[in-house]
Amino acid sequence: MIPGSNQAPLLEVRNLRVEFPTRRGTLVAVDDVSFSISPGEVLGVVGESGAGKSLTGAAIIGLLEPPGRIAGGEVVLEGERIDNLPYERMRRIRGARIGAIFQDPLTSLNPLYSIGRQLVETIQTHLPLSAADARQRAIDLLKEVGIPGAETRVDHYPHQFSGGMRQRVVIALALCANPRLIVADEPTTALDVSIQAQIIALLKRLCREHGTAVMLVTHDMGVIAETADRVAVMYAGRLAEIGPVRDVVKNASHPYTRGLMGSIPSLGVRTERLTQIDGAMPRLTAIPRGCAFNPRCPDAGQRCTAERPDLMPAGVTRAACWLYHSQGVGPALARETANA
Amino acid sequence: MPDTGVAVSRPPASGGKPLVRLSALKRYFDVSPPWLARVLERKPRAIVQAVAGIDIEIRKGETFSLVGESGCGKSTVARLVVGLYPPTDGAIEFDGNDMAARRGRVEMSAIRRRMQMIFQDPFASLNPRWRVFDIIAEPIRAFKLASSTTEVRQRVDDLLRQVKLTPADGSKYPHEFSGGQRQRISIARALASRPEFLVCDEPTSALDVSVQAQILNLMMELQREHGLTYLFISHNLAVVYHISTRVGVMYLGRLVEVADTDTLFRRPKHPYTRMLLDTIPDLDMTGRQRAPVAGEVPSPINPPSGCAFHPRCPFANDRCKRERPATIPIEGGLVACHAIEEGRLKAEDRGYGGH
Repeated sequence: MIPGSNQAPLLEVRNLRVEFPTRRGTLVAVDDVSFSISPGEVLGVVGESGAGKSLTGAAIIGLLEPPGRIAGGEVVLEGERIDNLPYERMRRIRGARIGAIFQDPLTSLNPLYSIGRQLVETIQTHLPLSAADARQRAIDLLKEVGIPGAETRVDHYPHQFSGGMRQRVVIALALCANPRLIVADEPTTALDVSIQAQIIALLKRLCREHGTAVMLVTHDMGVIAETADRVAVMYAGRLAEIGPVRDVVKNASHPYTRGLMGSIPSLGVRTERLTQIDGAMPRLTAIPRGCAFNPRCPDAGQRCTAERPDLMPAGVTRAACWLYHSQGVGPALARETANA
Repeated sequence: MPDTGVAVSRPPASGGKPLVRLSALKRYFDVSPPWLARVLERKPRAIVQAVAGIDIEIRKGETFSLVGESGCGKSTVARLVVGLYPPTDGAIEFDGNDMAARRGRVEMSAIRRRMQMIFQDPFASLNPRWRVFDIIAEPIRAFKLASSTTEVRQRVDDLLRQVKLTPADGSKYPHEFSGGQRQRISIARALASRPEFLVCDEPTSALDVSVQAQILNLMMELQREHGLTYLFISHNLAVVYHISTRVGVMYLGRLVEVADTDTLFRRPKHPYTRMLLDTIPDLDMTGRQRAPVAGEVPSPINPPSGCAFHPRCPFANDRCKRERPATIPIEGGLVACHAIEEGRLKAEDRGYGGH
């Protein structure tokens, strides 16, 4: 539950764990991740490549690629567990109650069918509409996502659309059955900057009008800052920090979030050097003991190498960091200089 | 087609003298359907004007950035400058030497040594079958910059340390490194021939933000240490703002505006520059309103008449549709826009977070 909201959450993810069995042992790609999304809320999930953000999204919509599997925890949509449903039932929920938008609009659309046919098929799968009504709804949806000449464009094929227009079609597809939640995985990453701004504005408007909640997975803090209500920051498969967008962006508590925000060049005062976090995110085969961020953390203490921190209140946000525990991080670590 | 887009005059080179000069540089690509299809189906020839005549002077020691959306020709300029493509027309001068002039191998190689390139994709630009040592030693051997094997080794070890890797990393293969470390290897290789001029084509676009910060810091450090001149290509305006001395904005193969970084970001003139600046996400959360501009970049095969930006431009009039704007000097920069020239549109002051 979000503090201060008395609404029942739309989606609750509790202690989610995603594993990949390999010959050399099991990789834990998402480890003990919990969060919730309220109706109509936009939750941004950020992290660098390999942080597990896309896998979290895939686990929620039941599209984890084998051999990846949910090894623990639960996903609850409107009070109903959906992580253990048989494939057919999950397929019904996907589209009807959860829409999905992926990074590359070209791979989300079938090149052999006109976009109208793909929209009508999706609409009729989930809504009891006649062919004519479904076609009308398809045209209405295309108008809504801002495709000029929707009446004629509906019979065109994906290759006849530009990248930005294709992403609009994908958004229309996700909205077909008026889902309550949309999981959008890097929806603007493949697009040019001017088109990105258009797509973000569109997503924001649609969600406001329809009251749709969005889980927005991206590596782009800029997109999050403009779109999300709350942000979850992931690092090495775990949640590092979660809180209202303004506080996470401007006043982060977790040292990783602070480093991440500082490393983004800004248009404010021009500095000689950007803040940098030395080193790189650990590979899944070698996640450090204790807090996964401790080898790169400027504030790490002995406790950080021994015990894994859970999310705890840290100012307005919640952070998985011993700095915010009453007992602190313990004595500072003696460490070799970075880049040795 | 009469070309009115020739630069009228340039601002006096303040400070350093130009190291690289591009004049009326053009590069066209023939993307016509095959001959048979043209004859049988009467398909027309199709020519992409990737670079349609640009003039740039890059001064010694500065970082000149080219920005623009995909398809604007910025990467083609990078490849033209280092000689990966021959120009269709126009000239490239490097330190007073015309690159198209005929000269002997030795002389050419002496010029080539002085310019190197860093590519976007650190996964594709390193030979996966070579050890890192050999990748970095290659330019040293090719340009015969070391007389003995021990000297090569010393030099490679030194380069690895400069890019914050260790000499022991030389015996590994590229796949053993992360994206950021591979980009460091690319930089070490580019520095191996002791160049003065580096062309960097989106060097951080494939990297995560925290790694991008490491690479940008490294590049600025190396520039100070070695007095390097950079031509930096990027679509990320915040990165460009951070690293550049001067910036050129490209749209459909032409420069629409060139100015000092601060002038360009604080007092943008061309409507396209303003639009690009509007697309920068507001990370300082100042509540600045973004006005997403409608429309997309038109096809460079069939660019719009007159000013190529007119279909998307809120200030376009009939003249913009008919006549290509000439490049005029303004406030120490250059801009190609009728609305600015006629005084219909004034330069606009912008503040960002922290100002």
